[in-house]
Amino acid sequence: MSFFMEVLIAGLLAGVMYSLVALGFVLIFKASGVLNYAQGTMALFAALSFVSFVEMGINFWVALLLTAIIMVILAFVVERVVLRPLVNQPLITLFMATIGLSFFLEGFAQALWGSQVHRLELGISDDPIFIGDIMVSQFDIFAGVTAAAMVAGLAFFFSKTKMGRALRAVADDHQAALSIGIPLRHIWVLVWVVAGFVAIVAGLLWGSRLGVQFALSLIILKAFPVLILGGFESIPGAIVGGLIIGSSEKLAEVYLGPYVGGGIENFFPYMLALAFLLIRPYGLFGEVHIERV
Amino acid sequence: MFYRETGQFKTSYAADDAIFPIRQDFLGFGIIMLIAFVGIPLVSNEYYFVAILVPFLISGLAALGLNILTGYAGQLSLGAAAFMSVGAFSAWNFITRLPEIPFVISFILSGLAAAAVGVFFGIPSLRIKGFYLAVATLAAQFFIEWIFTHVGWFYNYDPSGSISTPPLTLFGFELTSPISRYYTTLTIVSVLALLAKNMMRCSIGRDFMAVRDMDIAAEVIGIPMLKTKLLAFAISSFYLGIAGALWAFTYLGNVEPAAFDISMSLRILFMIIVGGVGTILGSFIGAAFILLLPIFLNISAHALLGDLVSQQFLVVAELMVFGGLIIFFLIIEPQGMARLWQIVKEKIRMWPFPY
Repeated sequence: MSFFMEVLIAGLLAGVMYSLVALGFVLIFKASGVLNYAQGTMALFAALSFVSFVEMGINFWVALLLTAIIMVILAFVVERVVLRPLVNQPLITLFMATIGLSFFLEGFAQALWGSQVHRLELGISDDPIFIGDIMVSQFDIFAGVTAAAMVAGLAFFFSKTKMGRALRAVADDHQAALSIGIPLRHIWVLVWVVAGFVAIVAGLLWGSRLGVQFALSLIILKAFPVLILGGFESIPGAIVGGLIIGSSEKLAEVYLGPYVGGGIENFFPYMLALAFLLIRPYGLFGEVHIERV
Repeated sequence: MFYRETGQFKTSYAADDAIFPIRQDFLGFGIIMLIAFVGIPLVSNEYYFVAILVPFLISGLAALGLNILTGYAGQLSLGAAAFMSVGAFSAWNFITRLPEIPFVISFILSGLAAAAVGVFFGIPSLRIKGFYLAVATLAAQFFIEWIFTHVGWFYNYDPSGSISTPPLTLFGFELTSPISRYYTTLTIVSVLALLAKNMMRCSIGRDFMAVRDMDIAAEVIGIPMLKTKLLAFAISSFYLGIAGALWAFTYLGNVEPAAFDISMSLRILFMIIVGGVGTILGSFIGAAFILLLPIFLNISAHALLGDLVSQQFLVVAELMVFGGLIIFFLIIEPQGMARLWQIVKEKIRMWPFPY
């Protein structure tokens, strides 16, 4: 039983890591309806920049600040160069543009900082600790707490601040938001900035887990099932989705994997999310679109 | 001046229904086909056949397959390469396990196998829409990839995971030389493209487009949703399956799941977006663009900067230019290059007196 609990908790905490990536998607999707394929590459870019600053001998917090500035600049550039010319295009075109952006960023990050694997130490030990007789990784707990803090912060931002309310208005209806005087462009920059900050957190945590490298941009493939399970527009959905996906993935790998030859963690989350979608076509917490002829 | 339909009268229903209602279009198409079947083999060398022409034709076919699903029927799919791998693996199994049937029939059977798998993964489309469906099709991508690396029967328990294909034979001839591979591919692709063109002009294609434009309205006017959507998945997967079989047999010469991974799916999606969503021509233009661009970048980068910078830098620079150009083309013509061609045609029709 304690083994089961260990697997379950490890899975839940891994799910939190997926949620971190999924959160960035949700933010951008909420405000612009764009599925941002480049979110994973943004995490890679952020982590790579941070690591390179630290390796230059810059203080941890200064490096973090510099990385944040880079992400802000990136948000402005993306809005100006990619999004603004593509206003009012079909969403699939915007989606493809973000894939193009992801290729570009992947190349740019490596051209700028080199493509070798960096080690990233956040000063959090990865030694397991025991709670009762259940073994839990300290690092995972730290990640979980960070994610919880971030979600709380974002929830506060979206429901209590003026900017957050403007964002929700834009998400609801672009035209109506424009007509009551909400500056659409600023909102888009803002949301990409916030998504960039989320990418920093995700990039640092994932980077210290896997090493900062090229493969980091593939973490989006872990975030997709989380997204569709939770619903594209829902921040709580990203968290709940992450927990469900993470735990069931680990349980399936441990208890089901040996019977079918292993390696099922690649497709199992997708199958699970698909099963959920058949019952709730907009995910658990996604907005239900009412279609009219 | 030379591109006018003046004086070409349609005097029968058949003339009205022609694929190319304008004579110049028909002639132009004829010339292109003549160049493809006669001209290119005369001037081309082995490298072009193997490294450019054959993969171009196959990618065009694959893009066409995805275009039927995404461009005509409006169901966004990120799992195109998975259906190609179904085609490739079933073609290999049909040809090696049943060597007595001709390879053309084996290819058709493997296309049908892919279609069956496509229908299965198309079932969620009846309930899920838009990006939810797109992400759900990734389930097909990863699941099928897993099947072909973990279920031994499909790859004959080969430990390396990459199995070489036997040569295709037709009436006792082995189709192994580059030129015969080119002709095999070209013939199959031409026949299927013509078929697709006609299918999309008749009631099947119209149903697809109605579903794409607004599926609820389509249902209201009596288009059966179940049949239409699943048919779209079936036809699309059939095309992708044949493309996959060709990719394995006439291009790579081996069957391996790694050739059909998610980056392949994304590339095919790029082809139809850059080429033109919902056009047959666009599939091939997009295929040429996406396939040739990296080759062109590679050659020109080496020629310009080869000695100055490291190999490593060239690789990442190519990535950057590739991504940048995709964004650039999406911005200048979001409807794809086929739309540019259409604009050019309209301009020539008026030229030199546009008013």
